[in-house]
Amino acid sequence: MGASIQVKTNASNDDAKISRIKAINWNRLVDDKDLEVWNRLTSNFWLPEKVPLSNDVQSWGTLTGDEQRLTIRVFTGLTLLDTIQNVVGAPTLMKDAITPHEEAVLSNIAFMEAVHARSYSSIFSTLCSMRDVDDAYLWSEENEYLQRKSDLIMKEYVTDNAMKRKIASVFLESFLFYSGFYLPMHWSSRGKLTNTADLIRLIIKDEAVHGYYIGYKFQKAFAEATPMEQMEIKDYAIGLLMDLYDNEIKYTESLYETVDLVDDVKTFLHYNANKALMNLGFDPMFPAEISNPNPAIMASLSPNADENHDFFSGSGSSYVMGKAEETEDEDWDF
Amino acid sequence: MGPLIVYYSSISGNTNRFVDSLGMRAVRIPLSMKAECPVIDEPYVLICPCYADDDGSKAVPKQVIRFLNNPENRKHMQGVIGSGNRNFGDKFAYAGNVIAKKCKVPCLYKFELSGTPTDVINVREGMKKLWATLEPQEMNKKTGT
Repeated sequence: MGASIQVKTNASNDDAKISRIKAINWNRLVDDKDLEVWNRLTSNFWLPEKVPLSNDVQSWGTLTGDEQRLTIRVFTGLTLLDTIQNVVGAPTLMKDAITPHEEAVLSNIAFMEAVHARSYSSIFSTLCSMRDVDDAYLWSEENEYLQRKSDLIMKEYVTDNAMKRKIASVFLESFLFYSGFYLPMHWSSRGKLTNTADLIRLIIKDEAVHGYYIGYKFQKAFAEATPMEQMEIKDYAIGLLMDLYDNEIKYTESLYETVDLVDDVKTFLHYNANKALMNLGFDPMFPAEISNPNPAIMASLSPNADENHDFFSGSGSSYVMGKAEETEDEDWDF
Repeated sequence: MGPLIVYYSSISGNTNRFVDSLGMRAVRIPLSMKAECPVIDEPYVLICPCYADDDGSKAVPKQVIRFLNNPENRKHMQGVIGSGNRNFGDKFAYAGNVIAKKCKVPCLYKFELSGTPTDVINVREGMKKLWATLEPQEMNKKTGT
């Protein structure tokens, strides 16, 4: 059965290669989602120079030595994941693209991953000593859990099944980053490194679109697979998530034990693993009791987003009807 | 008549999966702008995903705008539920905010992607409670008291 999937995938790969020689025509879309996501990604475009990181210099000085080292290590770990997506993940998915526009979107994704990876170096050069940063890069090459995380994903990128490559990519974009993203959200909730957190939020927005888009393309391929193939692919996805999850728990413990945040980070991982599964069109698997992150972290992730909609859940502040917001009017005729 | 959901879901299908999980009466706003747009003549709650750019523009899909441009549809809307992704920060499920403001209805709830089992329970319960308050009003309207 595995073989039949391979044959099919390889065949569609070859077809795509031939059609890719044509000049791209954005006025003749095969899949409207390609243009929608292209517009969204390009409207989100940013560079690290946009964020006044130097305003965090004083705040950086209030962190203990352990906290500074943890922060630099977390960011080198994130840099590794962005590097993988930039040079291997997105280019690999480009070869699997079934529309020319999908390929163009993935080229944007590849470049933005390079911007993300580059941003961490901007943070380092603004806040840290070169020696501490060099130490952290050395650590990143020797940390067994970080290396295993990288190996698990890299191995999937060379499998001969396009659906499996997309699954690995969605898990990287929507799950693996979050043991790292947790920390700047935590500092920001304490009023620390708030400009750095602003930069990380820009990355977090991009990764949401990447996970959504790659997950959507996965779902399209999945819908066309036979029930047998679907069962195999779904088992494979859950299996890979569990392997990544086991490793992520160990990675989290190795990093966060000294600052007593392990349980909080684990909850955040469960929450994001659920979202990664949803991006693939699957049901969330971690129950509510262990996947509701600390409200301070959620507020840090989406400031002011929880006002005005507590009517059903009974939590949060009181709702206000129609808080004044600027909206475009041309399409609304009332 | 029990609670009614009207919803939009793009081809990625997140909102559609959420509405399936609710198992309630539901009308889907068509994807195609050429398809006939539904006209709803009874109380309903709108569920709308969000496609906002960074500045909040383009949050509400044009198919939903077309639906709401019909005054009859606006008249019966009891509230809006927004869906999206918290990763978008203060623009999380922002279509909910925009529709609430434009149509002067409450934004009742927000959920992420295709929703968790907790979201499904919260919305089912919320709809039930909302309809319990609505039905006497509707009855009064019909009997003219």
